[in-house]
Amino acid sequence: MGLTLFDKIWGAHEVAKTQGGASLIAIDRVFLHERTGAAALGRMAEMGRTVRDPARVFAVMDHIVDTRIGRGDGTLMPGGEAFISETRAACKAAGITLFDVNDREQGIVHVISPEQGIVLPGLTLVAPDSHTCTQGAFGALAWGIGSSEAEHAMVTGTLRLEKPRSMRVRFDGMLAPGVTPKDMILALIAEHGAGGGAGHVVEFTGSAIAALDMEGRMTVCNMATEFSAVTGLIAPDAKAFDYLAGRPHAPQTFDDPYWETLKSDPEAIFDREIVIDASAIAPMVSWGTSPEHTVAVSDTIPQGPAKAHDYIGLAPGAPIAGTPLDAAFIGSCTNARLSDLRRAARILEGRRIAPSIRTALAVPGSLSVKRAAEAEGLDRIFEAAGFEWRMSGCSLCFYAGGEGFPPGSRVISSTNRNFEGRQGPGIRTHIASPETVAASAITGAIADPRDYARPDAREAA
Amino acid sequence: MSAFPQPLTGIAAPLDPRGLRDNVDTDAIIPSREMRSTGREGLADGLFAPWRYTDVEARTPDPDFVLNQPEYCNAPILVAGANFGCGSSREHAVWALAEWGISAIIAESFAPIFRGNCLRNFLLPIALPASVVERLGGEAVTIDLAAQTVSAAGETHDFAIDSEAKRMLAEGLDPIDLTLTMRDEIDCWTATDRAARPWVYLESQA
Repeated sequence: MGLTLFDKIWGAHEVAKTQGGASLIAIDRVFLHERTGAAALGRMAEMGRTVRDPARVFAVMDHIVDTRIGRGDGTLMPGGEAFISETRAACKAAGITLFDVNDREQGIVHVISPEQGIVLPGLTLVAPDSHTCTQGAFGALAWGIGSSEAEHAMVTGTLRLEKPRSMRVRFDGMLAPGVTPKDMILALIAEHGAGGGAGHVVEFTGSAIAALDMEGRMTVCNMATEFSAVTGLIAPDAKAFDYLAGRPHAPQTFDDPYWETLKSDPEAIFDREIVIDASAIAPMVSWGTSPEHTVAVSDTIPQGPAKAHDYIGLAPGAPIAGTPLDAAFIGSCTNARLSDLRRAARILEGRRIAPSIRTALAVPGSLSVKRAAEAEGLDRIFEAAGFEWRMSGCSLCFYAGGEGFPPGSRVISSTNRNFEGRQGPGIRTHIASPETVAASAITGAIADPRDYARPDAREAA
Repeated sequence: MSAFPQPLTGIAAPLDPRGLRDNVDTDAIIPSREMRSTGREGLADGLFAPWRYTDVEARTPDPDFVLNQPEYCNAPILVAGANFGCGSSREHAVWALAEWGISAIIAESFAPIFRGNCLRNFLLPIALPASVVERLGGEAVTIDLAAQTVSAAGETHDFAIDSEAKRMLAEGLDPIDLTLTMRDEIDCWTATDRAARPWVYLESQA
């Protein structure tokens, strides 16, 4: 019987069985951030416990750091500076490599981990952050955990786990022009539900996945957690190895025959299988308060839970396109890498956001992304269009009590969660691709990015 | 740490009395803005803040919210729909529920990170079919972890829990202490792995 990629990684990390019949799984990398890292490290210190192998633990300041140009430790979040200073002190005491507020390589954890070659194919990597699944794009088993599990992983180098079930999601065919990786994952969640992946490790396969660059694959894997999957992953290929080779913590080359084994065997059996016709996917946008409340931008709003319609202020039956907007956000671990910014900028170039858009932010996923974008002049395109150009961080993907959108705003956002209050009390969020955010910001209402496509964009897609 | 109360009997509070609410996310359980300190205490005040208060800043209780009602404010059991605890991995959601006094949650299903966080804090997540869950809200419910049963109104339902989690909860075990008893096996495995996958092992940068 063949093995799945997940089976292979699991098997290679099983240290022992526990007395209760669970598996003790070796953890190769732990990544912390300041929002939950200080809690885990602080508790460990209280209990007199130490990090087993600090060289394999990393931390970054990304969640509540200020993203305004010229920032320091100050943050608009009440009490936020304590998270930053305590994390910094705890990392120093524990000997953990920290990407600090204004470190050259600072950025959102799931953006900088691949940039630094910290995630590698075949590794297990955990972080107290649900979007750790992003890093599964490189063929690692990477997933989000709580603070207690982070402590366990750091102290023991392992986690005690029951083996999840396996699922294959195959995207057949090719995406139509103007349709993006974000639309692929939103289409999956819209069709199969926000709980559709529960209990499963999901391997994304198929021609449409193979065609994606690494940044697009990260976008797909990023929202595996919105599918309630344990995590998502994609078998590494030449694109993954080429991306990682020679990065600061990665091997110089991936010549060892081992790397070629990191794929599911042809006869491998998955517990569940979903097939999606990628060519039938359209640009998607959420209408409600769960990522499963998502439709094609050309569709009407369906009948959903009353609470969702009440919160979002939209009735069933109306077209989602044309819904007036107050704000736009391009950023987050889902869609703030260089290719995301390029595609949004291509739509924004030579255009202005609508006067009704009171706040428009572009927040690069890392300072490295920011520098690369500036070298291409993307910052000037965003600014000329009316977007604010920021330093890197999670920014307004979530509201921490500091900086926020104007009260009552309806926001088009390249982020991953449209929950009630996620971006602030009473703020109504519509999640979509960076292209859809750009097109909608120009229109001042939810819009189809294909209406703003330029010839080069069609070719690139 | 304290073990799961054995058995637990108490009123089960229906999170939404109009029906099971699916996809309750951890931003609703405890919004990020309520996580004001780096510790794990003082979070109960922010539990379900967006739904519990009509004015969050002034902390004005919404009399319609279930946990503000006298018959449910001390309920040790919470009842909800599918995919409970989805979203952010913040363990603060479980710390807030536990500090408020919730010992068990009965739902159609749980998001995986939230479920793991429950177990590490001796809060029992019980998954049962929606048709059963919707009858439990408002009832006096007895949970017997040893027998793996939920009883209410003359009916008894079995629930599944893996043996490892059951033992941890029943005995109040600290998983880190337990795993550290296997340190020799971990060291031995690591030595072998280091030879096989040298790229995993990094030099200290700090």
